[in-house]
Amino acid sequence: MTNAPAHKLLLLSDTDNVLVALGPLAPGPQPVSDGGMIDVVDDVTLGQKIARRAITRGEKVVKYGVSIGSACTDIAAGEHVHVHNMQSDYTPTYSLQETEGGAHV
Amino acid sequence: MFEGYLRADGRKGIRNTVAVAYLVECARHVANEVALPLRDRGAQVIGFPGCFPNDYAQTMMERLCAHPNVGAVLLVSLGCESFNRFQLEKVIANSGRPVKSIVIQQTGGTRSSIETGRRWVAERIEALKHTPRAAMGMEDLIIGTVCGGSDGTSGITGNPAVGRAFDRMGAAGASCIFEETGELIGCEQIMADRAATPALAKELVQSVNKAAEYYATLGFGSFAAGNAEGGLSTIEEKSMGAYAKSGAAPIVGLIKPGDIPPTGGLYLLDVVPDGEVRFGFPNINDNAEIAEMIACGAHMILFVTGRGSVVGSALSPVIKICANPDTYQRLSEDMDVNAGRILQGESLDTVAGEIHDLVCDVAAGALTKSEGLGHAEFILTYKSFEPIGPSCLPV
Repeated sequence: MTNAPAHKLLLLSDTDNVLVALGPLAPGPQPVSDGGMIDVVDDVTLGQKIARRAITRGEKVVKYGVSIGSACTDIAAGEHVHVHNMQSDYTPTYSLQETEGGAHV
Repeated sequence: MFEGYLRADGRKGIRNTVAVAYLVECARHVANEVALPLRDRGAQVIGFPGCFPNDYAQTMMERLCAHPNVGAVLLVSLGCESFNRFQLEKVIANSGRPVKSIVIQQTGGTRSSIETGRRWVAERIEALKHTPRAAMGMEDLIIGTVCGGSDGTSGITGNPAVGRAFDRMGAAGASCIFEETGELIGCEQIMADRAATPALAKELVQSVNKAAEYYATLGFGSFAAGNAEGGLSTIEEKSMGAYAKSGAAPIVGLIKPGDIPPTGGLYLLDVVPDGEVRFGFPNINDNAEIAEMIACGAHMILFVTGRGSVVGSALSPVIKICANPDTYQRLSEDMDVNAGRILQGESLDTVAGEIHDLVCDVAAGALTKSEGLGHAEFILTYKSFEPIGPSCLPV
C-alpha cells in the first residue's frame, strides 16, 4: 500500500464548488487535495460534502464537474452541504429524520 | 482462460446449477423445501410470485431457466395459476436442458411434491457432474455491474475502480452491462457523448428521460434513506457516482431485461418500464436489477456497496466491492474487495486489476464471499416493456 494522503478533503473536478471529506472532520483549517486549505465550519463524517466557497441560494452545487442540484439557502465556505441546504432539480430526496444528518454521532 | 460448462445450445456457463422455479407464490414453499437439503450441491430457487400473466415475467423466466449457468430446471406449479408453464417448459426443453414440471394439485399435495422434486433434482445434480467442459476466455463472459447501499465513497472508489476493470474486460471482448437508468438521471448528456452512433445517443437520452418522468410520477427517486446518511444529497449526485461504474469505453448498445448482448463491449440496461406507470417502482430493491442482468446472460455481477450490502444472487455469483474503508472493517467477511483503500492512497488501477483477476478466478470456479455464506437471493415482479428500437444494437 502506498502512503496515506496528507489531505483530508478531495477536490474531484476543478469546477466543483464542494469538496469530499476523506474521513471524520472537526471544525478548523483542513488540507485539500489541490494543495490548498479550507476552514471547515461543521463536524462531518467520511463522504460528506463541504462548500469550497460561498454558494448563494439557487446556485447549482457542482461535484464531479456537473450539477448535482441547487442550493436552497446561502451556504458559507467550509459549511456542510447536504439535504438541509440543497435539493435535487429532478425528484425530492427521501431521508429518515434519524439518519439525514451525517454529522458525528 | 478457464474451463466452463458447455450446454447443448452451445452457451458456456461458469456454474452448474439446477434451478428450482416456482411459478406462483403458492408453490414457493414446495420449491424451497425441494432445494433446501440440496442447496450446497447446486440447487437454487428462483420464481415468479404473481398469479396473473405478464409478458415481462414470462420472458425473464425463459431467459433465466436457459441461462448458461443452469444445467437443468424443475418447475413447481400449484396448478391453477396463470403463468404459462407449457411455453416455459418448451423453451427449456428446446435449449437441450433437462426439465420436469411438478403440479402440486396433481401430485398429491405438499409432501409428495417435495419428495418427487427432491428425487429428480438429486438425480440431475449427479448427471450434471458429467457436463462437458469447454475452454472459456474473457470474450465468452457477460458481466453486469450494480451498486447498492451507496454512500459518499461509492462514486470515488468502488465505482470508478469497476469502471476501469470494465474498460479492460470490455477491450478483451467481454460484454459489460451497466444500469440503472433511474440512477443515471443528470448524466444523460455526458453519457450520450459516449454512444457509438448518434441514433444510439438519442436512445440513451430518451431512456433516462423516461426514468426521470417515471420516478417523478412516483414522487421518489431511486434513493434510500441510507444514501443520505452516507453523504449523498440528491439523485443527481448518486447518479454521477453510479455512472462511474461504466468506465470510459464507448457505449455500443442499449438493451432491456432479457436481451442478450450480441457482441462484446459496453451496454446500458434500461430497467424502467415503458408506457404509463402501472406496477409501481421499477426495481423494488437491488436484487430485482441483479435478476434482470442475469436474464441478459450475465455470468457474474460486480456489486459496489458503500453502506454495506450483504446480498448475493441465485444463478450467477456476486462479487462484492466495498467502497467505504470503515464499512469494510465492519463487514469484511461479506466483502470480496476493499476498494476503500483508494481513500488511503491505493491507486484505482491496482484495485481495478484486483477486480479483473477476481473475475477470472470466480469464472474458474472460486466461490465469492456471498456464495460461501449461502446467499442466493432472487426477486421478480411485474413490469412491462416495448422491444428495443433498431438503433439500440451494434450493426
